[in-house]
Amino acid sequence: MVNILIPAIIKIVVVLGVLLTAVAYTTLAERKISAYLQDRYGPNRVGPFGLFQPVADGIKFFFKEDITPKRVFRVTYYLAPMCTLIPALITFAVIPFGESVSLNGTSYRLWIAENMDLGLVYLLAVSSLGVYGIILAGLSSNNKYSLLGSLRSVNQVVSYEIALGLGILPIAISCGGFNLDEIVRAQEKGIWFVVPHFVAFLIFLVAIFAETNRLPFDLPEGESELVGGYHTEYSGLRFAMFFMGEYANMITASALIVILFFGGWSLTFIKYEIFGSILAAILSVLVFCAKVAFFVFFFIWVRWTLPRFRYDQVMNLMWARLLPAGFLYLLIVGLFYFLLE
Amino acid sequence: MIVKRPVLKWWERLYLPVVEDGLLTTFRHLFKKKVTVQYPEERWVPPEGFRGAPVLLTGLDGREKCTSCKLCMFICPPQAIRIVAGETEHPIEKYPQEFYIDYGLCIFCGYCQEVCPCEAIWLKHEFELADFDRTNLIFGKDKLLQMGRQEPYLKGKEKPLKKG
Ligand code: SF4
Ligand code: SF4
Repeated sequence: MVNILIPAIIKIVVVLGVLLTAVAYTTLAERKISAYLQDRYGPNRVGPFGLFQPVADGIKFFFKEDITPKRVFRVTYYLAPMCTLIPALITFAVIPFGESVSLNGTSYRLWIAENMDLGLVYLLAVSSLGVYGIILAGLSSNNKYSLLGSLRSVNQVVSYEIALGLGILPIAISCGGFNLDEIVRAQEKGIWFVVPHFVAFLIFLVAIFAETNRLPFDLPEGESELVGGYHTEYSGLRFAMFFMGEYANMITASALIVILFFGGWSLTFIKYEIFGSILAAILSVLVFCAKVAFFVFFFIWVRWTLPRFRYDQVMNLMWARLLPAGFLYLLIVGLFYFLLE
Repeated sequence: MIVKRPVLKWWERLYLPVVEDGLLTTFRHLFKKKVTVQYPEERWVPPEGFRGAPVLLTGLDGREKCTSCKLCMFICPPQAIRIVAGETEHPIEKYPQEFYIDYGLCIFCGYCQEVCPCEAIWLKHEFELADFDRTNLIFGKDKLLQMGRQEPYLKGKEKPLKKG
C-alpha cells in the first residue's frame, strides 16, 4: 500500500505544482505574445522581461475586494469557480508525460493514474464537467449577460463534444484501445498520427478550441457583446479561479493534442533507450513539455489572428461541416481496418 | 454603392487557407520592430507645431512682450488666463502686473497664441505638467516668463526637444 501511495502522492504534488506554475506563466505568455503580435512589448517592468508579473498579478488578486452582488444564489455562486478549476486540474491525472524511471529495481511510470485503460473516456467525461461551472456561474449570478454567456457556452460545448469524440475515435480504432500510454507507444514505433489522421486532427483541433472557449469560439465570454460573459459578476480570487481554470484547460488541451497526434514525448528519430533510464525520463518529460508549450503558443497565436465567429456560424460549422466530415472519416477508417483484418 | 460579394472557390470556402495566411501574417509581426515608446526612459519627440504649455515670451530688450491687452484672456475657451494690468513709464504704457495661466484648465487650443497682437504668448512643446496638487498647476508670471526664455520665440526657429 505505502509503496504505491508515496510515489503517487509525490507525482500528484509535483504535477500540480508544475501545472499551476505553468498556468501562471501561461497568463504572462498570453500577454507577452499578444503584445508582440501587435508590435508592442507587453509587461516588462516587474523583474527581467516582466518575469515576475504573474506573482504581482497573484498578489493583486488576493487583495482585491471580493464583491458578491445582491440576490445571487449563494451556494452555486460560490461553487461555480471551483467547478471550473477542479475538472481542469484533475484531467491531468490520466495524462502520461514521460518514459518510466527505474529506481532501486522498481520502475515508476510518469503517470498519476497508472495504466488507466479508459484514459480517453475519462478525459472526455471530466473535461465536459467543466461546463457545469459555467452553467452554475451564469444561472446564479443574477445577471443577464452571465446568463446569456452560459447559455451560449452550454450550447457550444455540448455540441462540440461530439466533434471531439469524432476526432478521437479514429485514433482509438487504429490503436485498438483508449489507453493513452498505448497511443503514445503506437506512435513511437511508427509515425505520428497527425500524418495518417490529418482530417481527424483538424476536426479535433477545431473542437478543442471550442471546448476551451478560446477564440475564435469565445462566444461565452464575448467581451464586446456580453461584458465578460459568465464571469461578469465575479471578482477577486473567485475570478482568478475562473481564469486559472481556463488556462489549465488550455494546457490540458495542448497536452491532449500532443499525445493523440504528435507522439506524446516520442521523437521519431531518437530512441530514448540509448540514454540511461533517468536521463531518458528527464529528456522525455522535457520533450513533452516543449511540445505542449508549442501548442499553448499556438492557442494564443490563433487567438490574436482570427476574429470571433458569429453564433450561427459556430453552430453551422459544427452541425453542417464537422459532423458529416467526422462521420465520413470515421467510416473510412473503420472500413479500412475492417478490410485489413 | 453596392459591393458585390465575390464568389468563393471551394478551397477558399474551406476557410483553412485563409487561416494559414492570417497565422503567417501575425507570425511575421512577432519579429517586427515594436512601436511602443518606453516612456520614462524614452521620450516622445513632439512634431513641429505641437501645442503644449502656453508660456510668456521676452522681447529682445529683456522685458515681457505682453502689453496686457487681455485679448487672450477673453478668447480663452476655458478661461484659464487671469491678468491684472498695470501702468508703466515705458512708452508701451501697459504691462501685466500679474499673469496667471491655470494649466489645470488650459486645453492647449492655441487660441491665445493666435490672437495675441504682440506674439507675447506661445505654446511650447512642454507637455509633462502633471502634479498631485491642483494649486501647483496655476503658474504665475515669473514662472511663465522663465519657461518662455527657454524657448526660441519666433516661428520657424523652433527646435524639437532632444530625445532622452
Ligand atoms: S491654449 Fe487655449 S486654453 Fe490654454 S491658455 Fe491659451 S487660449 Fe486658454
Ligand atoms: S493677447 Fe498677448 S499681449 Fe494681450 S494680454 Fe494676452 S499675452 Fe498679453
